[in-house]
Amino acid sequence: MRYILFLILALLLAPAFALDWEDQQLFEGNNGTQTLRVISNTDTAIFAPVIQSFLQSHPQLNIEYNVASSANVYSSFRSTPDAYDLVVSSAMDLQLKLVNDGFAQPIEDIAHPAWAKWRRSLFGFTLEPASIVINKAAFKGLPTPGSRQEMIEVLRENPEAFTGRIGTYDIRQSGLGYLFATQDARVSETYWRLTEIMGSLNTQLYCCSGDMIDELAKGTIAISYNVLGSYASARSDVADKIEVILPSDFHNTMMRTVLIAQTTQKTSAATLFLRHLISSRWSKPDTENVSLPPLTTQQDNSQRSIIALDPGLMVFLDAMKRKTFIDEWESAIIQQ
Amino acid sequence: MMSKAAFTSGSLRYRLAVTLIGVVAVLTLLFYFVLRAYAAQIALQSQDNILNASVTAILDAAIIRDGVVKIDIPYAAFSMLNTETDDRVFYAIYQNSSLLSGYADLPFPQRESRMSNTYKSGVYLGVAIRQVTASRVLVGGDIRTRITATVAQTQDSLSGILQRIARNAALYGVGFFSLAVVLAIWATSSTIDPLKRLAESVARRGPQDLSPIVKPVPSEMTPLVSSLNSLMTRLDKSFSQSEEFIAEAAHRVRTPLATVRSHAEVTLQRVDKEENRQALRSMIRAIDESSRAAGQLLDHAMITFRANQLEYQAIDLVELARECVQRLTPMGDMRDVELRLETDTTVLVSGDAILIQNAVRNLMDNALKYSPVESVIIVKVRSEPSPHISIIDQGAGFPSDEMHALVARFTRGRNASGTIGSGLGLTIAQDVALAHDGTLNIGNTTEGGACVTFSF
Amino acid sequence: MKYLLIEDNKELAQAVSTRLRLDGHVVDHAESYADAILFSDNGDYELILLDIMLPDGDGRDFLAHHRSQRRDTPVIVLTARSQVSDRISVLDLGADDYVTKPFDHAELQARCRAVLRRKSGSSQTITRLGDVELDPVAGQLSVAGQPLVLRNRELRLLELLINSPSKVFSKQKLFDRLFAYDDDASENAIEVYIARLRKHLDKSSLTITTLRGLGYRLDDE
Repeated sequence: MRYILFLILALLLAPAFALDWEDQQLFEGNNGTQTLRVISNTDTAIFAPVIQSFLQSHPQLNIEYNVASSANVYSSFRSTPDAYDLVVSSAMDLQLKLVNDGFAQPIEDIAHPAWAKWRRSLFGFTLEPASIVINKAAFKGLPTPGSRQEMIEVLRENPEAFTGRIGTYDIRQSGLGYLFATQDARVSETYWRLTEIMGSLNTQLYCCSGDMIDELAKGTIAISYNVLGSYASARSDVADKIEVILPSDFHNTMMRTVLIAQTTQKTSAATLFLRHLISSRWSKPDTENVSLPPLTTQQDNSQRSIIALDPGLMVFLDAMKRKTFIDEWESAIIQQ
Repeated sequence: MMSKAAFTSGSLRYRLAVTLIGVVAVLTLLFYFVLRAYAAQIALQSQDNILNASVTAILDAAIIRDGVVKIDIPYAAFSMLNTETDDRVFYAIYQNSSLLSGYADLPFPQRESRMSNTYKSGVYLGVAIRQVTASRVLVGGDIRTRITATVAQTQDSLSGILQRIARNAALYGVGFFSLAVVLAIWATSSTIDPLKRLAESVARRGPQDLSPIVKPVPSEMTPLVSSLNSLMTRLDKSFSQSEEFIAEAAHRVRTPLATVRSHAEVTLQRVDKEENRQALRSMIRAIDESSRAAGQLLDHAMITFRANQLEYQAIDLVELARECVQRLTPMGDMRDVELRLETDTTVLVSGDAILIQNAVRNLMDNALKYSPVESVIIVKVRSEPSPHISIIDQGAGFPSDEMHALVARFTRGRNASGTIGSGLGLTIAQDVALAHDGTLNIGNTTEGGACVTFSF
Repeated sequence: MKYLLIEDNKELAQAVSTRLRLDGHVVDHAESYADAILFSDNGDYELILLDIMLPDGDGRDFLAHHRSQRRDTPVIVLTARSQVSDRISVLDLGADDYVTKPFDHAELQARCRAVLRRKSGSSQTITRLGDVELDPVAGQLSVAGQPLVLRNRELRLLELLINSPSKVFSKQKLFDRLFAYDDDASENAIEVYIARLRKHLDKSSLTITTLRGLGYRLDDE
């Protein structure tokens, strides 16, 4: 039934948006009458439990869940803002720019820490660190890199073992990859040295964390850099094959953010969903399969470098800046 | 029952206080608006400074590499624009007049001077923004080009700050105003006080005290006080003159009357012819009647004069009644009429002793006049229900048909003309009672005697 | 009784003196403040009648002098003033009573008696006739040693008769002397008082004889 509905929906939407959807799904409440349209870059498999726990308590609603890459989420929403009610994305800079440019609706009376929201419009609801993920088998006999410096050393000393077997985001495609890269570059020069090494070892570039984790599990690649640890932890099927490492020197932590479209007619329903997301009710220990790490104020966040929601994020979105950065990155990572 | 209130045209204190408070209110409002405007200017200036720093940072990052302008915007250029209220940030960078990057539709201000930065308030995407624009000339190789950067920011934080400042300024204003009102009231009363003290000292004086005011007063009040003093001097003179005149006139008239009366009495003892005796008796009666009438008229005049300025003092009515009884006992003896006093131990009232004594004496006089020979007049002084003196005789009482007329005359007030004898005596007592906010009740006892009650 | 009359008006003084003498009193007359001081310092008076307005000094000054000499002779002020405050102040200065001019002689006598009664309780001059003694101030009659209190009019009637024993008094004369002039009592009232006196004197040596058409006469047996 759901499949048929999805097909109908897909057929209806297809001509309108020549978009490269990764997934489109309709989640129905028990007696859903109103449908919230969500555009997101989070894999359906990971996000589905969150939606389902919402529909359990709000059976009068349906949720149409559209998945695209973060760059596509941004551009698609920007070009047709009234086609969606909520935007969920891990690319904080793009989300912030949407708010800055007036695409989001301010929602009053939401109790949320100031560092996790912007203009009462953009709300962070997860805390997800950028990690190094390795294939355990591939590192047999090799030291497990605990930091970027150790990773550089292990790559430099074992080029034959890693040539063509390193993975990272293609920051030209992935908004999140670009965000992690630019934030890395801000913090430390180590990033460029690591990129140089990775470039010299013919690093494979990926659009998404999911793909990288698949390849890691298969053993095609031995190590990947700046992967979302949360995605890796979510994959119980590959848990015994891979290991998630948080670099000890520093690790950028990203907030998955949500905003409500300025043009939506369903503000109150959208606000219900927004409240559900930031309440972290969806992450009850008994809810299996959910592995997005919720943003809670109880945990100690002082050791993390959480990417700040401030106008600085827009600097790397500047066309010239972006071109400069990507030129530099390309010349480092693509050396053939 | 004191002297009539003067006509008033507003209160000096009120006028002074209102003027002072009005001035304070105007000053407070002025203070509030000036403070707010000044605060707004400072807040705007601090926003301008940050925007300026941001623009400068962007321009500083501009370089020409391989003949192409590159600008590596520093992260801090936008990060520094972070505010508490998460203000939105817009920017645009132009090379000469072509857009390099940023918001193409951001209004680009017409620059008056190429040297100094331009500050401008405007509207973008429907919201108020503050915009700073600056430019810089880049020279590289044979290229010489002008880079212009403009950075704009919304003003949520600014208006938040302004609101806070306005609220605080209003609070300070209210505080300042309240303090100033208290001070104004204090200043007013300290200014008015000498005037009040003067009025009080004049009011406190007894009616006979017409001496000049010698206490020092503020210079503004000296004309008032000196004319008051001159008025009092004249009044004093005229009062003592008229008092002297009345006393002298009475003396002049009464002494010859007394002589005639005494002669008549002596003669009466010596003549035997009945018609001569009859003439002498009529003469004596006529003298007595006219002297009694003159006395009562003078008493009445004096009471009318005194009633306007009572000299209050504590009086024991029992003592007063006892004195009157003592004074009139000889008159009673002549006709074997006993004046019997029935009193509480003391009955204290506040009033003018001379007037009350006069009233009581007049009432007893009446009772004596109408009492039969060998009868009793009872004088009761009681404090309950209210202090009163009752005088009860055993005469024929008030004729019931005249009683209404008597009462009516009292309610009409001082109609003394044409009433001599008991009527005027009652009128005097009535006037005194009224002057003391008391009442005079007349009636007859069940045995038929008259009963007059003077109560406070 | 011995009176000192201080009065600057000669006519009035003469009339008052005559009237008092008619009742059997002795009167000295002082015309000025100086005379008054002289008389009062040297004579032994039972009563002083004082005019408050004197040509060479205020009567008030005399009162002050009189009281300073610690004499207890009663003073009755004769005043022509009518101001209430004036009457009061005269009493405050030490006068025993006052009468306002013009005054009724009977009233003056009544006041004199009242003042003397208050001061000493009895008269210095007690009239005796037969076995009867009369104290006109105390109003007390003593018949053969038995005291009797008389009413005022009875007393005054008896006083008249006893001062002139065996003299015939007409009804009209008695009436004029006894009753105030504003009284509307009839001459027949005299008969009532004569009857009362006869009853009081029943056991005495005195008798009152009625002389038809002439009047009454008091005789000692």
